Amino acid sequence: MVITRKVEFSASHVCRDPNLSDEENQRIYGMAANPHGHGHNYVVEVSLMGDPDPLTGMVLDLKELKAILKREIVEPYDHRFLNYEVPPFDREVPTTENIALDIWRRLEPRLSDGRHKLHAVRVYETPDLYVDYFGEPACSA
Amino acid sequence: MFRVTRRYGFAASHRLHSSELSEDDNRRLYGKCNNPYGHGHNYVVEVSVRGPRDGATGRAVDIGILDELVRREVVLPFDHRNLNREVAAFAGGGPVLVPTSENLGLEICRRLKRNWKQVFPGEWPKLEKIRIGETARNIFEVGADEID
Repeated sequence: MVITRKVEFSASHVCRDPNLSDEENQRIYGMAANPHGHGHNYVVEVSLMGDPDPLTGMVLDLKELKAILKREIVEPYDHRFLNYEVPPFDREVPTTENIALDIWRRLEPRLSDGRHKLHAVRVYETPDLYVDYFGEPACSA
Repeated sequence: MFRVTRRYGFAASHRLHSSELSEDDNRRLYGKCNNPYGHGHNYVVEVSVRGPRDGATGRAVDIGILDELVRREVVLPFDHRNLNREVAAFAGGGPVLVPTSENLGLEICRRLKRNWKQVFPGEWPKLEKIRIGETARNIFEVGADEID
């Protein structure tokens, strides 16, 4: 069984690689490379897979999941400039893929035990663009 | 591995009518969608792409390239068109498909797949699936592996 809980945060970011020229950054990241930054209302859907506890009938108490998501995602990310305030984005470009990966890394140790495991992290940068990450090895290089 | 999904839209008219069936059977089968004058929808198309994150850019797909492909192959040819008259797969002059959302989904997937290697020549990203909705209440999903 898969259960999903949604949280939101608003943050600013800029997608540029400091090792590349302005022209290269503009070519790769387009408007997102504007050095002054810009922001989004991000929506994150976190899915757990597991069986309901026979006693409680729940895979994980949603109150507990809500508290974990608040502590691990909303508090560090909300109303922040990701590149300046939220590691690892001081050294990694805060693309939606990298945000999904970072959220996975923050949550995975908190959400996987014998009864359930983290199944997917979905990050909406806008309603028209979202990324799903399932936790396999993430880097092609 | 990441799945990146991008949502697009187009507005088009169509009529559900099969030349294999009688007028009565068409009316019975397709109901209001068989209205001879046609009718339209604001279609929403989600294109899902799968791939590893590129170590240098932090992205699994160049959204600009995907946008350009979908614009060229889907949005421009379909938007503000009468599908039964203006899109070859559904228009006369050969075997035609009824422009149901199922067939529209297959046609969109086919168009993207046919042109994929031209814009994404590497192993990744791969086209995974498309989802199409005529309205917010009916969603049709086609996997890229389901078609040739």
